[in-house]
Formats: sequence, C-alpha cells, structure tokens
Amino acid sequence: MTLQIENLTVYYRTLRGDVRALEDTTFQVADHEIMGLAGESGCGKTTLGHSLIILKPPMKYIKGHVALDEQELPIHDMKRMNPFRFKEISLIPQYAMNAMNPTRKIGKMTAELLGSRGVNFDAIRTELMRRLDLVNLPDSVLDMYPIELSGGMKQRMVMVLSTLLNPSLLIADEITSALDVSTQKAVAEMLVEFRNREFVNSMIVVTHDMSILYQIADSIMIMYAGQLAEKASTDVIIHSPRHPYTKLLISSLPEVGVRYTETKLQGIPGKTPLLLDPPVGCRFRDRCPISFEKCMEVPPFMEVEQDHYVACWREF
Amino acid sequence: MLKLDNVSKVYRIGTFGGKELHAVSNVSFDVQDGEVISLIGESGSGKSTIGKMILRLVSLSSGKIELDGVNISVAKGRALKEYYRYVQGVFQDPFSSYNPIFKADRVFDSIREEFYPQLDNQAWYHRVGSSLHAVGLNPEHVLNKFPHQLSGGQLQRFLIARALLLDIKFLVADEIISMLDASTRIDVLNLLAELKERGLSILFITHDLSLAYYISERAVILYKGCIAEMGVTEKVYENPMHPYTRMLMASVPRLDRKWEDVNIELKGQSSEVAKGCVYYDRCPLAAKDQECVKRRPPLLEVTPDHLVACWKL
Repeated sequence: MTLQIENLTVYYRTLRGDVRALEDTTFQVADHEIMGLAGESGCGKTTLGHSLIILKPPMKYIKGHVALDEQELPIHDMKRMNPFRFKEISLIPQYAMNAMNPTRKIGKMTAELLGSRGVNFDAIRTELMRRLDLVNLPDSVLDMYPIELSGGMKQRMVMVLSTLLNPSLLIADEITSALDVSTQKAVAEMLVEFRNREFVNSMIVVTHDMSILYQIADSIMIMYAGQLAEKASTDVIIHSPRHPYTKLLISSLPEVGVRYTETKLQGIPGKTPLLLDPPVGCRFRDRCPISFEKCMEVPPFMEVEQDHYVACWREF
Repeated sequence: MLKLDNVSKVYRIGTFGGKELHAVSNVSFDVQDGEVISLIGESGSGKSTIGKMILRLVSLSSGKIELDGVNISVAKGRALKEYYRYVQGVFQDPFSSYNPIFKADRVFDSIREEFYPQLDNQAWYHRVGSSLHAVGLNPEHVLNKFPHQLSGGQLQRFLIARALLLDIKFLVADEIISMLDASTRIDVLNLLAELKERGLSILFITHDLSLAYYISERAVILYKGCIAEMGVTEKVYENPMHPYTRMLMASVPRLDRKWEDVNIELKGQSSEVAKGCVYYDRCPLAAKDQECVKRRPPLLEVTPDHLVACWKL
C-alpha cells in the first residue's frame, strides 16, 4: 500500500466561514497503481491533491491521517513535510507551463532546485540526460530559457523535473488539459512509461477528462462536491458504474460516433451545491433521480464488491 | 449563405515587423443556411483567426468573405452595423465577457442602445424574455443578477441569448463549451442543435473532435492555417485520408476503445511556412525530393463532398 488516507478533512478558511471542500475522505492507492481522480470543477479533486503535498492557508487541516509507505505524513505541519516533498511525494502542477522560472536557464534552475534539497546536480546529471532523451527532449534544453520551449515541451520538462528524485507518489494535476490532442496523447503515455520504469511508484492523475483516464489509469475515483462518490477499476467505472452521479456523468460525455440526430445526450439537471453551507447528507441528493429519505444521512464509502467502493444508500 | 473565398491573414511579427506569420492561408469554404460546420484544429492552426475575420474583429490580408452575395470584408460604418444584425459571435470564456461590477443583463442593454432605440420598455422586456426562453433560461431566475451569481453554463447561454436578440442568421461559436463542466456542456451543445433546427447557421470552432462529431454536418480540419481536409462529417471521421487527420483521429481519447499504437511525431514544429506542404515536417508519408517539399498540395475532391490536400493520394 503506497498511500493510505483516513478521514481526511480539509476546509478553506474564508471571511464568510469555512468552505467544506474535502470531507471525511478514506481511500488507498496501491503500489504501482495509477489512480485517476475525476469530477467537475469545485468537487475537491485539486484540494485533495494539494493537501497531500502543501497544505497552506487558506486551506485548513481539520482531521484525518495520511500514511505513505506505512509512514505517517505530517501534512498539517509545513516544516516537517519538507523532507518528504519532491523526494517522497511530488507534484506536477496544473499550470506546468508557467511553473519554471522565466529568468533562469532551465539547467541552472534545475541545479538550484536540486541544491535546495541537498542533492548534487552533477551526480544526477547523466540520469537527467537519460530521462530527457526518454521524453524526446534534446539535451540543449538545459541551456534554454523556458520561453524558448513550446507548451508540450515545457510540460514534458516539468514532468522530468518532478520525478527526478524517484518519488514514491506523484500527483499530476490536470496536466493534459491545456494540450493539443496529439501532444496530450504523448504526455499521457509518458506518464505510464514513467510508472513502468519505476521512476515513480504510484500516481494520482487529477483530471476532468474521463476519456484520458480510460486510456491510462488502473483505477478511477469519482468525487462530487467534496465527497467521494465511487472508486473502482477503470473498466468497471466506465462500463458498469453503480453510483447515480457516475452513471449520469458518463452518459453525458459526447464521443466520436455519437450524433445528436441519433442519440441525444442529456446533461445533469441542477447545479453543484455551494460548499460554504453544503446540504446535509449526500450532497448529490438534490440532483439525484433515485434519492429517498435515507439520503439525509451521509452515505458511507463502502466496498460493495472487491475493490469497488460506492457511497450511495441505494447500493447497500 | 456565408462564403469564404481564398481568405488569408498574415501577421507581421518580430521587433520591427520584419517577419511574417501566415496565420491563415488561402482558406475557402462556405456555410449553407441552417448548417453547422465545425472548424477543427490544434492551437496555432488559425481557427480562431478565421472566426475573428468573419466577425470583422481582424482585417483580412487577402481574399473576401461574402454574406448572401455581398462582400462584407470591406464593409464600413452603416453597412458593417447592418452586418452585425445578422452575424454574431460567442467566445470561450463566459466569465471574462462580463464586467463583474455590473449586473449580467447589462450585456443586453448595449444591443438595445445600438439596434433597438425605438422599442419601449415593455416590448423590450418581452423580447429579452422570449430570447432567454429560447436558450432554456427562466428570466425570473437569471435577470437582475451579478455574473458571480450565475454558473458558467448560464452565463454562456446568456451570451447566446444576447446574440438571439438580433435576428441573426449566423453564429460564430468559438470554443464555447471548453470551459464548462461535463454535466452542463452537453446542454449548451443541445441548445446549438436546437437553434440550427430553426435555421441558424453555426460555425463551431473547436479542438475537441468528439464535440464536433456530435453536432456538425460538415467538418473542416485546419493545420497551420491551411485546410488539410474537409467534407461531410461522417466521411472525414470514418475515412480520414490526410495523414494529419489520421493522426488526430488516432489520438482522440475515447471511451469505447483504447489508444492504438500510432507514432506521434513531436519534433519538427518549425513555424516558418515553406513553399511545400505545411505538414511536411511531421508527415510519415512524405519522403525527400518529393512534390511535398516543392509545391503546396491543392484541395482536391476525392469522393463527392470530401476534399483532401495531400500529394500522396
């Protein structure tokens, strides 16, 4: 078990009260697992990703435990997390395009970054070259400024940087959403390659694009309004989901081969609740076609079949 | 009917404008009444520039655009305003189309001032109401609100309603659903389909191939400002002939099948336009000393209503 999360709850502190962005989250990520984390905007997927690596204000730790490789992660303590960041747990941020210092050449920036973590750049240089080659970047990028690279090249450069110290867990936050389809495919496949070559042990790939996850993820976890809805292997989520939100979400995705003249797709009526004052019980209740009285209580995230977790009263 | 005839756009770049960037080169296609045509391309393909040229937000370097036989690419003053009565656009980011310190319905007021100064209040509110109903919004729920009180999907539909206040014939929809959530984007897409049934022509600009397939009758695939392939949507999708289109189709992430192993050439993205085929650097078919490098391939009809620009066919 690489990652074990128990009852993790994180709020955002605002002037009008706490925004309850992540509520009682319990799940595991296994060794060598690529877990996709999907949901609409505001469902808490980025909050979850960031709270594992840098839980800074306005984020507020409420409760819960996180263990990485059987070792407790002090995620609520900015200082004590430092030895873990980059070495044990690493992040490819959402706007990786702008993640590099524009005033430094990439090689120099890399050396400074490694230096700040107490790693000697020269010792790791050959490995860096090998990995640049793997993602199809010429060695000369180290003598370039970030502005000289295209969006896809920057994305690949940041990927190499984030995984340089072979972290145990990598969080990739919406890394393919700003890319063109062809570059998107190449970057997504490189993520899998990085896992296969054991540069990283396991991954959480945060995205809103389910079709990308279907291509690369081993398992998919769906979130809705700060709560976990469903987690299962990729095929199960796509082909036989059990939570009503997952079902509706998947049936609303347009695909090549679907025309409105033949099959008219339906959206999900209603909108996501505000998390400043979320509804009690299941937060999908108001938009759910099969809700009943029991939904006034929060459904537990339970294993209904092997490795298939659902949070819906209708399924128990 | 809107017709683009050999339209090009050249931007001058570099410190003193010494270099040229061919954003769009010799693009011709037409959009029939009541037709949805998708303009598909990756970033830098010139798809948005074409949309902006149709909306006259960007001038043409050469060629012309005709609406029902009238050349509008040189229209000025009155004629241009008259043109905007029929052609309107909606853009990608609904949040930045509004001024956050004013109420959202302010976008309607500018239409009233410019185009309907003679209407009295009641007639105007009736018009706004029916236009909001047409996009599936309840006026009572959405009028008199600030932009932050409305969702992205609502704001985007608000902008479509604004365009419908005029009796438009043609709508340029530039990536209008890429910023919306999965559960709401399909509603906006269905709305476009409904408007089409009522006779509106739509230019649907997108990078998402599955959305384009869902809604459009014809598709135009752009690469570096040139049309690579165009034709009836089914033909382009089921039988892609240009190597670029084939590569695109193979890279689309789908839910019904996994990616095949196709080689994606990531290198060779030089931005200068050579004399030959624009796809030459990345093309797996092109060999050296071929026509590909010497001359730009013309757009030829391969089967009825399916045009491809490639020497290798």
